[in-house]
Amino acid sequence: MIPKNISKAASWYESSARDRINGLLDHGSFREILGPEAGVISPHLALFDLPPAFDDGMIIGRGTMNGHPVAIAAQEGQFMGGTFAEVSGAKLVGLLRAATAAADTAQAVSTVFLLLDTGGVRLQEANAGEMAVSETVRALLEARSAGIAVIALIGGRAGAFGGGGIVTACCSHVIISEQGRISISGPEVIETNKGAEEFDSRDRALVWRVTGGRSRALLGGADSYVKGDVASFRQAAAVTRNTLPDFSLATLDAEQKRLEERLNAYGDCRDTPEIWARAGIDDPKNVSELSDDAFIALLAEKGHAHGAR
Amino acid sequence: MAPADLLAALFPEGHNVTPGAENTLLGTAIVANESVAVLGITDATPLSPEIAITLAGFVLDIIRAGEKTPIVLLIDTASQRMTRRDEMLGLNEYLGHLAKVITLAGAQGHRTVGILYGTAAAGAFIATALATQTLIALDGAHPSVMDLPSIARVTKLPLDVLTEKAASTPIFAPGVVPLAAMGAVAEVWAAADGPLAPRLATVLATSSNQDTRDVLGAERGGRKQAHDVALRVAAAFLKPASGEGAI
Repeated sequence: MIPKNISKAASWYESSARDRINGLLDHGSFREILGPEAGVISPHLALFDLPPAFDDGMIIGRGTMNGHPVAIAAQEGQFMGGTFAEVSGAKLVGLLRAATAAADTAQAVSTVFLLLDTGGVRLQEANAGEMAVSETVRALLEARSAGIAVIALIGGRAGAFGGGGIVTACCSHVIISEQGRISISGPEVIETNKGAEEFDSRDRALVWRVTGGRSRALLGGADSYVKGDVASFRQAAAVTRNTLPDFSLATLDAEQKRLEERLNAYGDCRDTPEIWARAGIDDPKNVSELSDDAFIALLAEKGHAHGAR
Repeated sequence: MAPADLLAALFPEGHNVTPGAENTLLGTAIVANESVAVLGITDATPLSPEIAITLAGFVLDIIRAGEKTPIVLLIDTASQRMTRRDEMLGLNEYLGHLAKVITLAGAQGHRTVGILYGTAAAGAFIATALATQTLIALDGAHPSVMDLPSIARVTKLPLDVLTEKAASTPIFAPGVVPLAAMGAVAEVWAAADGPLAPRLATVLATSSNQDTRDVLGAERGGRKQAHDVALRVAAAFLKPASGEGAI
């Protein structure tokens, strides 16, 4: 029997971007910037006879988390795959730059939450989307330099692919659920370019073993692993703000070492169970079958917790 | 252009740049009597975790030396390498790390200039060329996000229709001209316009602490909305809400 409180819990995976924001922040505290009423739409989709959205799939604004002012941005994965494009990207870049400019003023925020749900760059606006990713990276790192934590939350249908994977890796902290996926080239893209023998995108178990939340958390590509309900994301987001790495030479030296060690230790592995076996995990093929509670216990024992990001 | 010819054209005052592991370049050169650090990726090599970590290590060594030496990054890569193994190992972290260390160098007072002399695409373009403060494209450079046949496949438009649309907008077409219109490329240098070395000296002597690529994109007409949208967001964010008490 499913306990009543679990069956009623809102799922991050199933929720819309707006519902995720409302569930993450203090009740009623969200104030949207350039919302649908502003009517700022993509000027490029008409060229492809595609309908625009009045928020271009990017919802941004400010609110509070346990009473503390924060900034927040959420991609709507159900619109154009949550893609980075001219308008959606500029909204995010504007928010990150504003958070930096607001440091030490009455409008200051401690944290920017990035609710990523993206297939990457919107190919209909490929060049503007690529620039949006690059400008996001720059603005995100400037926010971190100003002492603002930037926290990625990943567990939506579209995952964090393409430039979204790079943006994720630039954040101070990454929170992920089992359903979350992080990658640059998606399985379909690799299969199209290199063939199904390189990456069979229809093998869902394989796709999850390579890109999914459990593998990312175990290997150190994500920092907090949470159950897939909105409340668990909120709980992790609320506690992770105070202990995050600064954007400094010391942090990046540590990340250099961390990533070199990963290549040395696992560079010849072909699949994640090989990695888990080498990392000393009993029954490495069973990682994806564990309950969330059992996996969280395993992670606490065998994970690569680090402050090098 | 072959790396040796490029190095000779950029650094006639002398350099000791040599090929390293994984099709990388590393060394120093003299520009206008000043020492600059030079690193690079050659031969249209796809960006792998190994190359990204090698280049990032070079940049960290340069920062750690504490001399605020300018950094010139020579780029001829492809896209990120597309293998299951690289993605499994967290290619996004390796590319993100490279973008971070190049950005950190700029933030810590190193002038960073990218010189794109070959190809660069997709995530590899973001992690190398687009992470520098100023990007120069040479004659024959070919930056792209994705090639037109791949865009055709995703958008389900026939290639000839897409090619025709590309003629009317720079928003998705590959190449230096459309990407310069976005503000991605600061300057395009043609060999016919004279020697490269004095131009490089001029760029290195200019400071660039702010990301103004969206401003450039608006001026050039390639991105008419991005800068304006970002400004509107910042203005709304920084405005005290009514009832919060003005400052």
